[in-house]
Amino acid sequence: MINAILIFNNHGKPRLIRFYQYFAEELQQQIIRETFHLVSKRDDNVCNFLEGGSLIGGSDYKLIYRHYATLYFVFCVDSSESELGILDLIQVFVETLDKCFENVCELDLIFHMDKVHYILQEVVMGGMVLETNMNEIVAQVELQNRMEKSEGGLSAAPARAVSAVKNMNLPEMPRNINIGDLNIKVPSLSPF
Amino acid sequence: MSDVVERTLTALPSLLSSDPSPGRPSSTSKLGTLIRGITELTSKHDEEKLIQRELVSIKEQVSSPNTTMRQMKELMVRAVYCEMLGYEASFSYIHAIKLAQQGTALDKRVGYLAVSLFLNESHELLLLLVNTVLKDLQSTNLIEVCMALTVVGQVFPKDMIPAILPMVEEKLNHPKEIIRRKAVLALYKFYLIAPNQVQHIHSKFRKALCDKDPGVMSASLHIYLEMVTEKPESYKDLVVSFVTILKQVVGGKLPIDFNYHSVPAPWLQIQLLRILSLLGKNDRSTSEMMYEVLDESLRRAEMNHNITYGLKALTYVVQQDANLALQHQMTIIECLDHADLIIKRETLELLFRITNGQNVKVIVEKLLEFLRHSKDDYVTIDLGGKVTELAEKYAPDNSWFIRTMNTVFLLVGDQMQPDIPNSFLRLLSEGFESAEEDQQLRLLAVDSYVSLLQEQPARLPQRFLQVISWVLGEYSSVKEGLEPATVLRLLAPLLDLRHCSSETKSWVLAAMTKLSAGPACLSVAQELAERHGGSLDTTLRQRLHELQHLASDGELLRRVLPCSDGLEPLEVDSTLSFLDGFVSEALAAGAAPYKPPHQRQEELAQEKALSVEPYGLSLPLSLSSSSIAGRLSPTVLSMSSGLSGNSTELSPKGGSALRLEGVTRVWGKEGYLAKAALKPEEAAKTEVPCPLSVLQEGGSAPRTPVVSLPAPAPGPSLQAEREKQQLASCLFMGLGSQGAAGPCLMGKAEPTRHGFRKKVKGQGSSSGARGPSGDSASSSPSPLSAQSAMDNLLCSSPLDSGSTPSPADSAPSPADSAPSPADSATSPADPAPHLPHDLPANNRPCDAQEDLTEDTDTSETVVEGNSVAVVDPYDPEPLCLSPHLPEELCGLPRSEIRPLCRDASLVLSACCVRTDHSSLLVVFVSNASDSAARRFALQMTSGDLEVSRVRGGPEEEEEHVEGHSVAVYQYSLVPTRPSVHMELAGRASYQRPDGEPQSTPFSYGLSLPDFIRPLSVSTEEYGRLWLASSNDIKQNLALLSQEPDPLRATLHRLRDRLQLNVVDIIASEGIVACQLLQGPPCLMHCRLNAGCLAVWLRSSLPELPDCLLYHCQRALAQH
Repeated sequence: MINAILIFNNHGKPRLIRFYQYFAEELQQQIIRETFHLVSKRDDNVCNFLEGGSLIGGSDYKLIYRHYATLYFVFCVDSSESELGILDLIQVFVETLDKCFENVCELDLIFHMDKVHYILQEVVMGGMVLETNMNEIVAQVELQNRMEKSEGGLSAAPARAVSAVKNMNLPEMPRNINIGDLNIKVPSLSPF
Repeated sequence: MSDVVERTLTALPSLLSSDPSPGRPSSTSKLGTLIRGITELTSKHDEEKLIQRELVSIKEQVSSPNTTMRQMKELMVRAVYCEMLGYEASFSYIHAIKLAQQGTALDKRVGYLAVSLFLNESHELLLLLVNTVLKDLQSTNLIEVCMALTVVGQVFPKDMIPAILPMVEEKLNHPKEIIRRKAVLALYKFYLIAPNQVQHIHSKFRKALCDKDPGVMSASLHIYLEMVTEKPESYKDLVVSFVTILKQVVGGKLPIDFNYHSVPAPWLQIQLLRILSLLGKNDRSTSEMMYEVLDESLRRAEMNHNITYGLKALTYVVQQDANLALQHQMTIIECLDHADLIIKRETLELLFRITNGQNVKVIVEKLLEFLRHSKDDYVTIDLGGKVTELAEKYAPDNSWFIRTMNTVFLLVGDQMQPDIPNSFLRLLSEGFESAEEDQQLRLLAVDSYVSLLQEQPARLPQRFLQVISWVLGEYSSVKEGLEPATVLRLLAPLLDLRHCSSETKSWVLAAMTKLSAGPACLSVAQELAERHGGSLDTTLRQRLHELQHLASDGELLRRVLPCSDGLEPLEVDSTLSFLDGFVSEALAAGAAPYKPPHQRQEELAQEKALSVEPYGLSLPLSLSSSSIAGRLSPTVLSMSSGLSGNSTELSPKGGSALRLEGVTRVWGKEGYLAKAALKPEEAAKTEVPCPLSVLQEGGSAPRTPVVSLPAPAPGPSLQAEREKQQLASCLFMGLGSQGAAGPCLMGKAEPTRHGFRKKVKGQGSSSGARGPSGDSASSSPSPLSAQSAMDNLLCSSPLDSGSTPSPADSAPSPADSAPSPADSATSPADPAPHLPHDLPANNRPCDAQEDLTEDTDTSETVVEGNSVAVVDPYDPEPLCLSPHLPEELCGLPRSEIRPLCRDASLVLSACCVRTDHSSLLVVFVSNASDSAARRFALQMTSGDLEVSRVRGGPEEEEEHVEGHSVAVYQYSLVPTRPSVHMELAGRASYQRPDGEPQSTPFSYGLSLPDFIRPLSVSTEEYGRLWLASSNDIKQNLALLSQEPDPLRATLHRLRDRLQLNVVDIIASEGIVACQLLQGPPCLMHCRLNAGCLAVWLRSSLPELPDCLLYHCQRALAQH
């Protein structure tokens, strides 16, 4: 079972937090801090799995994370999940975000936190993997979007605003999250 | 990054001014302003102020009646954002629920999202959501149904599951895949939080497994993985289906969508492989069905390159074949030096698995090195245990063993698993085959400890100090020329250490007591008594007193602590017969007769009507002081001797106290346990290896030095390379083909290579008065087994013998806990589970249905092999058995007589009869053949029930069932713990006329109502009981609403079906009471509430209300 999904940026600012197990607000923030602390120290070329943390579930708890440009995607899972499965699930999630937002970047996550949650809901439901088929996920999200569009109006504005921002010429801005070479399964390989 | 965001945000307002309706406040700008505000701030403090301001403004707006739904949505997103940053916005919770209740589909979506982020399963506000979820589940809008199912899967109050369960179940048949998929996951969630509630829909899970949509099928695998983990034997029949599914997945039969980077549905494969591994575990025939497909998956799986994963795989593989590790040895060496600690640890794990007698030194050295630098507690404890295990198993020589153990004690310190010091001490005391080796080991230990104490005792961890004191107390005499007084002087300063716990001090003093012979010691003892006599710690003072006393009286010391070689078991008179004279004298003098503790408890409870349970145990404790004060009534005396064991139970479990698990228990409730405890050890003894041969073997093998001086090095890099290769040759020594004859590997250790483990000296091994394991008072501060003897000495009681048994009421010893009958015992005669024959056969990914039917066939053939036919449960024939029911049981409520099993000549049937105070299983054995079944015997076991034979026939072993007759057997059943359904597995065995022994297994299912009895209490008593019970659950039940008086009708239905006693009905409320057979009562309070029956159950037994509730639901559902 997945206990928590944390997305934060290189500075540890939370961008999306989803707990599937109850933790008090205080503890949640502590978990985010500790996780960031653990993950941010690690080079990009070291292993993507961490074990033996103390906050969520003790020894029966693994952190599986991926680092994309400015964002860390961290899944906290218990021993019933396969590490590689989750690692690939993160990739599926990010690729789905990329499809839904067209070149996803950190700003999309900030301004469309709710949308990201909806997408995540189609991938993981109550801590269990619901769907891994990207086309299926996108189809579900689009179904909801269509409903939204039919309501129309203001809610379309933010999307326009952000896509306009994206097209502005900001020199230092990371244009999009680099999802890596898709042909390689695990980008952070160490030479064997 | 922050300035990028900032720049972006300054650009935002201008973009937003192009908003179609500029007059209204733009929703984005609010969130935008907030985010911009936050990024502009530099300090955490400012951020807090800003957010608090923001929250105040949100609060104002959400409670304003003019806020539109659209604004509400936007406010909710802002509240979610604040919560994400760690600021509480609890005022918005209720509004989130409102939004979900009232809005359009889109508003609902925000509402549901906010609810699932804000609330947890036990939050009371969630109850408000139940009706909304119900409504949305019935909606025609797919998206609304989806949202409802999602929220049900994320957060839903456990108590309310029954309200929506039928609706969710219904969704399993929904035409849309996505709905079915979500419904399956929601049911899985229910299964996780309240397994009892979904027991009846297992067949629907099977249907989901056969769903034509692969997504639904894979969702159902979650459930199966969970259920198979719990009870693999119940799902063996599905192996074929799982294999078929996996075959299709691997064969690429799934739609191309399911491929992930050209691997067909990897998640599905992982899930299936896990299920198969659980099902195939320890089951050859099942495993054989899988080999082919496993081979195929392995072949198709790409070689994975992630190191950790590779190492993990290697670790598992190595258990089967060590040679595989050889192929990768250089990689493993590389990993040892890897910068990533995680990889290093995995590597060490691998090394741990490939350890053998030849490479143990190198590997332990590596582990210890890692241990030295480890800062993580978890890792330290884990590695400490591993090093100990290796050292005990493969130690090449004694001095290495002692050195290694010293390092472990030092490095791991007090976090150490308590069984490490215990087994170490046990090893020292029990020794090995050769007495010479033993003495050498002890001598080495004493030597090293003396030098450690001379250096810096203050640095040593508590556990280590305890070990040191014990060893010195026991074995310092082994070293010639070491005066006891010298040891005493070494030990004495430990008492002054500030960090030294009082437990450790007790160990130290006990050791000193053992050594205190001679005038030199007396002076040390007196000195100590002066210095610490004023200590506040009573235990310490008592030990000091004993020490002083014994040091001055050498004669007494020898009697109390006989200085034998410590290996003869004490002759213990567990009946305390030597005290008979004393007791009769005291009785004659008017003392009260002895009462066992439980009787005292009962009496005490009767005297005061208050519940005394939490304080009950304090009774013997408070008396203990008086026993020392010298009142010599026999009651008090025996209590105080029982106390040494009792007091240990009182100490908090899992504290720092030393636990002696794994150590032979010599003392138990019944006194000395020598016989019982020794049995398993004797079994172990048969394969006890000869340590000498081990050592010789190890010695004859070529041994490369651990870190050898490199030969004149040609270049630094080359040299490093060479070192690595050398290390490799050390590490992998004994693994290759030449080593395969000798070394043993984890998991299949050859008995001849056991090293130190499990060496038991004959009968007397469990040491006598001076052994550490002799004291069952495991956490008692005194490691002295003769403690009670000393207690009595202090009371100056007239003792016939030097040693008194301490009938310690300690926790049941391992020998006591006889292997409980496996409740998993399923008999082949068990009618095969009913399979969904009515399924449509159109499912492509899963030919399960065919396979299932096939499987029934196989189960039948298996059964026939045992010459037992599966009995049709609806066979009417056994009904004519009722006249055979014993007379006294006629007229009592009973279940229908059901056939159990039959073979060529015998038919077994059974029914359950309920008497007031027991439940009886009546087994009818009808012999239809002409000849008698000789030596008929029935054996029954159950995990949930205690089965005992009631009567019928003279002796069990010699019973015959004559031809054409019916024999009746009665068994009394008492539930050990309540559960919804209980299973009884049994076996009938007899001899056929031709002398052939015949054996037939059977099983019988019972349910909780068989063990429920009405409890008649008055309303006042009910009130008292209600307050005394603690475990409660609340739930809404369906009401028999078509009846004229629904409450009465419902309660009477419950009374008739479940034997509940309706105590009272007052207006719209009713109280009901029942009792578990020979168990605690369960109380039920019912109230009419909005067309439902709101029930509230309480019992002192946590499982009981849950199970009873299940049956109440069943009883009300059937018409």
